[in-house]
This record gives sequence, structure tokens and C-alpha cells, in this order.
Amino acid sequence: MALQSLDITSRSATTTPSPGVRQTQKVAKLIDISKCIGCKACQVACMEWNDLRDEIGTNHGVYDNPLDLTDKSWTVMRFSEVELEKGKLEWLIRKDGCMHCADPGCLKACPAPGAIVQYSNGIVDFHEEHCIGCGYCITGCPFNIPRLSKKDDKVYKCTLCSDRVSVGMEPACVKTCPTGALVFGSKEDMIQHAEERIVDLKSRGYNNAGLYDPPGVGGTHVMYVLQHADQPQIYNGLPKDPQISLLVELWKGVLKPIMSLGLGLVALTGFFHYVTVGPNEVKEDANENQHGR
Amino acid sequence: MLSRRQFLQFSAVSAAGLSTSSLGILGFSATQVLAEVRQYKLERTTETRNTCPYCSVGCGLLMYSLGDKAKNAPAEIIHIEGDPDHPVNRGTLCPKGAGLLDFVHSPNRLKYPEYRAPGSDKFVRISWDDFIAKNADGTTVNRWLSTGFLAASASSNESGYLTHKVVRSLGILAFDNQARV
Repeated sequence: MALQSLDITSRSATTTPSPGVRQTQKVAKLIDISKCIGCKACQVACMEWNDLRDEIGTNHGVYDNPLDLTDKSWTVMRFSEVELEKGKLEWLIRKDGCMHCADPGCLKACPAPGAIVQYSNGIVDFHEEHCIGCGYCITGCPFNIPRLSKKDDKVYKCTLCSDRVSVGMEPACVKTCPTGALVFGSKEDMIQHAEERIVDLKSRGYNNAGLYDPPGVGGTHVMYVLQHADQPQIYNGLPKDPQISLLVELWKGVLKPIMSLGLGLVALTGFFHYVTVGPNEVKEDANENQHGR
Repeated sequence: MLSRRQFLQFSAVSAAGLSTSSLGILGFSATQVLAEVRQYKLERTTETRNTCPYCSVGCGLLMYSLGDKAKNAPAEIIHIEGDPDHPVNRGTLCPKGAGLLDFVHSPNRLKYPEYRAPGSDKFVRISWDDFIAKNADGTTVNRWLSTGFLAASASSNESGYLTHKVVRSLGILAFDNQARV
């Protein structure tokens, strides 16, 4: 029923291709950092919709609350105070969470069949029932997003409200955002919306304003409008050119078929050894000698 | 009996099979069906419109409750979000409004009348009949009703707390503060 807009295009640890004839509308969430006031309504709406309640933490002396993403906090506001020009303090507030990469490192690294899926609309979803809790997706993620739960040893992250999107609604965080810093729609429309925002920001003196849609991970389905797109790292360490770790690429790319072949050869050699040499039989007198001692 | 050729063919096919499904031998079954998304939880819930009462902005709310209003299924609110058709907020909600579900289900909510006797330091639960009787004969009226107090919206948390303590200890009921000003 509701899966019509959630056709699966790729599935973790699965060699057979997913059905790929139908193409659904590519969606995206655009986060306009220049409009965000850091009210955290998105954090609350996320927990409310997804039936999560994180533990009540302690004050760390900063506005970040909770201090980091957790298995129950799938999105957090990250506050940075930056002084690019002397005497001109800027308070940059970035909504952190899954970027829904077009080329997801988590999905590539995952060894559990079907625990991570990518829908043809661009959403990357974790299916915790199939998760084995190995945490490889955390290594595979260039944005350090997935979090392993201590309660059930499963990994959780933002789903881009796939359950809402599947019935034609926007994610909970987007709907609640009072300033309109979050918008959701087709990826094409979001890029156009971002371009209009960038023109506006440039007219206000932000000459390096730009869209953050990193090509290193094939583009993302959660994009940022940055006032200073030339240095994304000032937004609490947003990577400038995110890439899937070389180790993951090697291990799941070149080495995987070689390892599989090796495994096949071992089985084959064992079989041939059995046929040509036969089983290793223990002679009766060897047994007797042991008893004799 | 297998001929040599058949045997080699069989071996090659098994090796290829093993290498493509190496996960199969490690105990992961490839028979699992496609991942199933979390189903949309408001499918057949009852939608009720309301207005958020927690500040003077007055945002429109949509409250979703279990049960389809059938006689034998009492409703229970499971989700609250903004009303897109409301001209004030057009679907958006502030962090307080976005968390209203937990106000509704708060364990601290007053659900029955309580009475604190003069000189006592704790409230005791009383019946609705007792409550109405006490109100009717005026025994609980110990309030300064002729005066109200309006406090500024720019107060800090600390001065807001102190204002509240002073005003309430004087017995003033009509007291308003912060965003409602």
C-alpha cells in the first residue's frame, strides 16, 4: 500500500539487484542555516513523532542539548560561535542529522541483508529488525551519524520520516519549523529554492553563500544553505569534501569478491583433498599405545 | 556414475555458488523479504482541531486520538501537530507546542480536586461533592481577587520566579507574565 513511493533501489549485503524499473520523485530536505534561530522545535517534533524520549541530560554550559546525537535523539542543533571578521561575531546553528546520501557509506558497509535500504526517492532507512548491531555503518558514515543503542544493540538514525513521506507528508521536523528554515519537497525544487536564498544572502553581503550538496557522496537528500559555503568546517565540523572511508570502499569493493573466491577455493580444495587423500584415519595401535601409558 | 567432465562442471558450479552466497554459509539467510517500512501511525485515528492555550499566539493544533469514536473505544491522544489550515501558524509549532503530547499525558496533571486545610502543608484528595460543598459555603476563599498583576516579558528566569512567589504569596489570582503580555 504505502510502499508505492518507497520502492527500494538498494539493499545492504544483497547481491541480487532490487526491482528498478519504476522511478519515483526524488525528495530532499533543505536546511537554511541563515534562517535557523535554534529553537529546537525540530528536535522535539522528531522525538514526538518517532515515539522516542531521550534521557534528561545535564547542562554542559553550552546551548547544545543533548550534546551529541544518540539512539533516541536523531537530530540535534549544533551551535558555533565564529568570528570570521574581527568584531563581527556570527552564531551559526546547524541542524545535524542523517544526510541521506545518494551513495550511502552506511549501506555499503552493512553486512546484514536488508538492515539498511535506500528508496528510489532518495531516503536511506535503517530496518532495525535486521540489524545485527555490528556498528560497521558507523565506520562507513562520512558524517558520523548512526548511533548504537545500548538497550537493544541496534543502530538508529533519522529516517527522514519515511513513514510520513510514504503517505505524501513532509517530515515532522520540517512541518514544525516556525521560521521556515526547514523546507521539504522534490530535490529539484529544493535546489531552486536554495538558489533563490543564495541570491538573497549574497545581496546582504554574504559573498560566499552557497548550497551544500557534496558530490563526494553522490549528493545528499538533506542539503544546507550555508552563508559561508567556502568553509563548511566552521559549522561545527561539517566536512568540506565528505568521502566514504577508503577502507570501506576497499573492503566492500575490490576485496569482497576476492575473499568470496578464497572461501570457495578453500571448500573446493577440502573436497579434492578428501577425494584424493581421504579422511585422516586413526590407527588402532596408536589408540592402544595411549591406553598403555 | 559421474563422468570426469560432469564432476568438473559440478565442482565449478558449486564453487561459483559458494562464492556469490558466502554469507549464506555464515548463517545469514538470503530468504528475508524486502525491508518493511514503519507504517504511518495516524492512518485511521480521529483528528480533532484545537487551539494551543500556552501563549497568546494561539496556534492551531491537530490532535490525533486512538479509536474512531465508537461507543466502546474511549479515545486516547497519541499525537499532536500543527494545523496547516490555521492562519496563525500554518502547520508550524514552537518546541513547547511540538511537545504538547507530554503535557497531555503528564503524571503531574491535576485530575481530581485536592484540599489543603488552613495551617496544613499538604494537599489531600477530596471528592467532587466535598469540593462543591466547600466552594458553596466559601470556606476555601482566601484570595485577593480585587487586584491583578502584570509582569514584564523581558524578565530573566530569576526575576520571573521571584515575581511569581511574591504575587502568589499575596494571594493574587489574576497574574500574567511573559509572552502573553
